[in-house]
Amino acid sequence: MFALLSSAAQWAVPVFLLVVVVHGWYKGVRVYEAFVEGAREGFWLAVKILPYIVGIYVAIGVFRDSGALAAVTAPLKPLLQAMGVPAEILPLMVVRPLSGPPSLGLTLEIFDRYGPDSFIGRLASVLYGSTETTIYVLAVYFASVGIKKARYSLAVGLLADLAGYAAAIFLCLWIFA
Amino acid sequence: MNIIFVVFLVGGILAAAWYGNVGVITTAAVDSAGAAVTKLAGFVGVMTLWLGVAKIAERSGLLFSLSKLFQPLMGLLFPSVPKNHPAMGAMLMNMTANMLGLGNAATPFGLKAMGELQKLNPRKDTASTAMCTFLAINTASITLVPATIISFRAASGSANPAEIAGPALLASLVAALVAVALDYYFRRKDNNLWR
Repeated sequence: MFALLSSAAQWAVPVFLLVVVVHGWYKGVRVYEAFVEGAREGFWLAVKILPYIVGIYVAIGVFRDSGALAAVTAPLKPLLQAMGVPAEILPLMVVRPLSGPPSLGLTLEIFDRYGPDSFIGRLASVLYGSTETTIYVLAVYFASVGIKKARYSLAVGLLADLAGYAAAIFLCLWIFA
Repeated sequence: MNIIFVVFLVGGILAAAWYGNVGVITTAAVDSAGAAVTKLAGFVGVMTLWLGVAKIAERSGLLFSLSKLFQPLMGLLFPSVPKNHPAMGAMLMNMTANMLGLGNAATPFGLKAMGELQKLNPRKDTASTAMCTFLAINTASITLVPATIISFRAASGSANPAEIAGPALLASLVAALVAVALDYYFRRKDNNLWR
């Protein structure tokens, strides 16, 4: 199972590159010129979103390091503990929609402290593996085209995350507990 | 986004003051700003690479064929986007990359898709319904292979790093179904309101 999945993941990028380049060449596309043209767009896109990313990182960094994040998560602790879920998972659940690297950091910290095969280690893995950085994606994607009113997007994304969390907790309690 | 930014900054600063360590804010702000640039520097190469590759796929008609293949499903999800519009191809590439756990590869396609959707958007400062649906699917993507977390589990000495792939797939499926259902509900409600 692991061998199959990891080799599938290994093959994804090489096969994709191969198919695109060979197909383009076969269709008579000036492959290198097309690449450079697209790549230029990619570079300017990156430059364009830099200010937004700095803004998001600073807001999250300040909120986390000040202790405000821990204070906000505190009231939820008893509820989770009653369900048999370790409260140490809370910071991950809160940070996950905000930003990728810090939530990966929190997951790795859980691995280091409790082990990847502990219940909380497996729960953290499923949570991290099944959800996306919702708020970060919304902010960057909308900002890239100058959208200021996101309408119901945030509500949909966060409610779907909550559903994913509930499913992850249920499945982990069922399979691993 | 405005509200989130203000709440996080003000909340963070007030909390630090309450706990008596305001100095933390300076370090947190400066360090985070630096981390953001480092993070994006890593992205510049990947974005440049993938948008270059995407341009080849666009020229050769591969994107077009892909979007044609999934036309029935995409047409159902995005009724406001014309058939064979470049946005369809970019959205499909983004979703495919997301499903394979290739988050970094997904972002440039996603941003390209947003640019194409914006061309169709009548109110340039407000998200179109197609954008809302796209982001609902994007932020609650189905994960076929959670490649990142499996490799980190292996590196942390797990006896069976991939055992979480099954539950992760199921949990992401639940999130994706809820996202599509909620998007459908809000879209209908919102459209009635705007008419």
